[in-house]
Amino acid sequence: MGSIELPNGNCGNRRRRALLQAGAAAFALGSAGAFASTVSAQRIIRIGLTPAFVHDQHALMADWRRYLESRLGVAIEFLPRNSYRETMDLLHQGRLDFAWLCDYPFLYLKDLVRLLAVPLHKDRPYYRSYLLVHADNPRPQGMADLKGAAFAYSDPYSNTGYLVPRFQIRQLGEDPTTFFRKTFFTWSHRKAVEAVASGMAEGASMDSFVWDTLTRIRPELTGRTRIIGASPEYGFPPFAAHRSVAASDFNTMQRVLLEMQNDADGRKLLERLNLSGFIVGERRLYDGVVTMMRAFGEY
Amino acid sequence: MRQFFDLSFRHKIPLWGGALIIVSAVAVSGGLMFRAYEHLKQDLVISSESLGYTLANTLFPVLLHDDAWRAYELVRAPFHEDRPDQPLEPKAIFVVDRDLKVLVSSTPLSMPLLAKLGSLGADHQQLAHALAAANPDVAGVYEFPGSNRLYVTIPVAEKDERLGTLVVTHSKDVFLPRFYGFALGGAGMGALVLAILLPLNWYWGRRMAEPLVQLAHGMSEIVHGAPADLSPDLYAFSDELGQLFAAYREAAAEIRQKTALEREVMQSERLAAVGRLAAGIAHEVNNPLGGMLMALDTLKQRGPLDPATARTVALLERGLQQITETVGALLVQARVQARALNRQDFEDIRTLIEPQATRKSLQLDFAIDITESLPLPSGFVRQVLINLLLNAIEATPPGGRVRVAASEADGQLALVVANAGEPPPAEILAHLFEPFVSGREGGHGLGLWVSYQTVNQLGGRIAVECGAGEVRFLIHLPLRSEAPASPKVGAGETASAPDDSPGFRRRLTGASRLSEPARPEPKVGAGETALETENPT
Repeated sequence: MGSIELPNGNCGNRRRRALLQAGAAAFALGSAGAFASTVSAQRIIRIGLTPAFVHDQHALMADWRRYLESRLGVAIEFLPRNSYRETMDLLHQGRLDFAWLCDYPFLYLKDLVRLLAVPLHKDRPYYRSYLLVHADNPRPQGMADLKGAAFAYSDPYSNTGYLVPRFQIRQLGEDPTTFFRKTFFTWSHRKAVEAVASGMAEGASMDSFVWDTLTRIRPELTGRTRIIGASPEYGFPPFAAHRSVAASDFNTMQRVLLEMQNDADGRKLLERLNLSGFIVGERRLYDGVVTMMRAFGEY
Repeated sequence: MRQFFDLSFRHKIPLWGGALIIVSAVAVSGGLMFRAYEHLKQDLVISSESLGYTLANTLFPVLLHDDAWRAYELVRAPFHEDRPDQPLEPKAIFVVDRDLKVLVSSTPLSMPLLAKLGSLGADHQQLAHALAAANPDVAGVYEFPGSNRLYVTIPVAEKDERLGTLVVTHSKDVFLPRFYGFALGGAGMGALVLAILLPLNWYWGRRMAEPLVQLAHGMSEIVHGAPADLSPDLYAFSDELGQLFAAYREAAAEIRQKTALEREVMQSERLAAVGRLAAGIAHEVNNPLGGMLMALDTLKQRGPLDPATARTVALLERGLQQITETVGALLVQARVQARALNRQDFEDIRTLIEPQATRKSLQLDFAIDITESLPLPSGFVRQVLINLLLNAIEATPPGGRVRVAASEADGQLALVVANAGEPPPAEILAHLFEPFVSGREGGHGLGLWVSYQTVNQLGGRIAVECGAGEVRFLIHLPLRSEAPASPKVGAGETASAPDDSPGFRRRLTGASRLSEPARPEPKVGAGETALETENPT
């Protein structure tokens, strides 16, 4: 494990690091130095988490963090945010080293971030957008049937939850701004399912990976919804690195992720994350998204 | 209704009391239930308003920014799906804009976004009408007849900017069972109170009414002169009712005494009247009788009669003799006798009576507490005593006891003749001392009449008393030497009283060995004469 250079932080960041150092020193003095070898107080890696996956499973997050700390030898801080915008801001501010993003923010941020790794779902680095309606509503068979409905988008920077449905409406020859009677953002894919299940929205578009994961952990919720459409496949929401992350750190982190499927603890975590592993991936995977963004002049 | 008021207190007091208790219990329970309902509703409204204002304040910026999902999450926040049946938990919360279109609802399936409130069922239509008419800037509470919803409305506004109205909907389905729970509890308590009070009231009412009923009954008997003797235990308290009882008992005692006195007077007057009548008749009969007997006598003396005539004359003579005897018995006359009564007279009576008693194996007790001679005509006393004793022996069942007691006190001679046995029937007892009243087969009932008249003429009293398995005749004779010579009978001067009484003779059948030597003067009292002229048959 090589040492990791942290990105240039701001003043607050430095002060916090100094405080952590002091705390760790006091801790080291007061007890055996066993921890010091695995968790260095000087090195904290901050990873942004977004609703690109079911990011509010706290026990899973804690286990994953401990796993990564043990592999990296540095302290890990997860920064989950409920909107992509916030995570994007953190990246802009240089307060994140890595982030698990959705396709859209990843592309939107352009060269502020680098593709670190692409998760595999069912051994494939792809996902799609599902169009959901309430399970008790048998009428709608596709997007065209939802004209005039109340529709739930997940996030303005979401690919499957905002870009894809708007693109589909555009393809129907309609104007996405007037197609629905009412639209609103739920700020996460899971809540988009809730919006449909509760009846708040008559339709919603969302991440197929999140939906699949939810069918495992919240079957009673997904059971109240029905999928009436699936988009073409797009590259799976990627892990990205801030451009300021040193190459060695980038490589170390990439290697740890890629190797997760090679050890038992890693496989167990991947299983709980509903992933089968990570690959290095290519930017080409996201070309389909780029096409849609261009259609709206957003790339 | 009238019939109800005419009911006896025995029923009226418990009924009135019961009705009052039931009415009170129902009124109090009803009042409490109404209060409980109002309280419950008030709690609901207060809690809803508090919740509504908090939500409205939070929702204002969210709705202003058209963040429908956030608004939905906010209106869903008060619901606890994992804890159902929270009584104060609303059924639904929703916000309508100024055009009464749904901005957000906790139940979007039934209240879709931007739906017109008036199009969402009858209840909401009524609410929409009410809201359209109401001042939108103040909170309101709405209940509609026929609906089981309660609506609390709160403006979603900040300063002058009003976005719409927040409505907290409660279903009475939730709080009615709670109310019914209260009501059932209240009713149960009421029933328990009734279960305790009603029997108490019944008991108390009966207890209260029973003395009154008895008193009323007793009062109604007063007119008949025989008020019932109410036990002092019936109502032993000294309140007004108790005082009433005391007064009643006093009055009743006086009335009974007066009645007894009146009866006594009436009886003695009747006896006196009967005596006068009897004496009058006897007098009227006696005179022609004497003539007829004389005529027959003359006829016999005139010469020998042919046998047939002689038989007829004898028949006439016997018949007339019988009339004489009967009339003589009616004519009781007490004349002052020369010989005074002394202890030996009682011994004589005992000697005379003993054989009769022995024949019936009766025990004869004499308790004679007299030592010196008393100023009473011995013949009359003997006659009365023998009469009473013969009656007593007759009436006593074999093996029984007959006793005689004599004592002197307070200037009176007190005589008691008592025998074991059942008292004579009441109808006999009432006319015991009248002539021709007899409790027995064959008795013509002159014995007691004669005794009565005799005692009366001696200025004394005779009474009968029953009880303790005995029938007692009590005689009191004043020891005044100058006893009045039967003014009442008024037939004393008709000296020709017959010298024997068939009644007595009959009773003394077989007592021939009693030999009082002298043939009496014809003017002596009938009873004595009868004894003395006994002819054994």
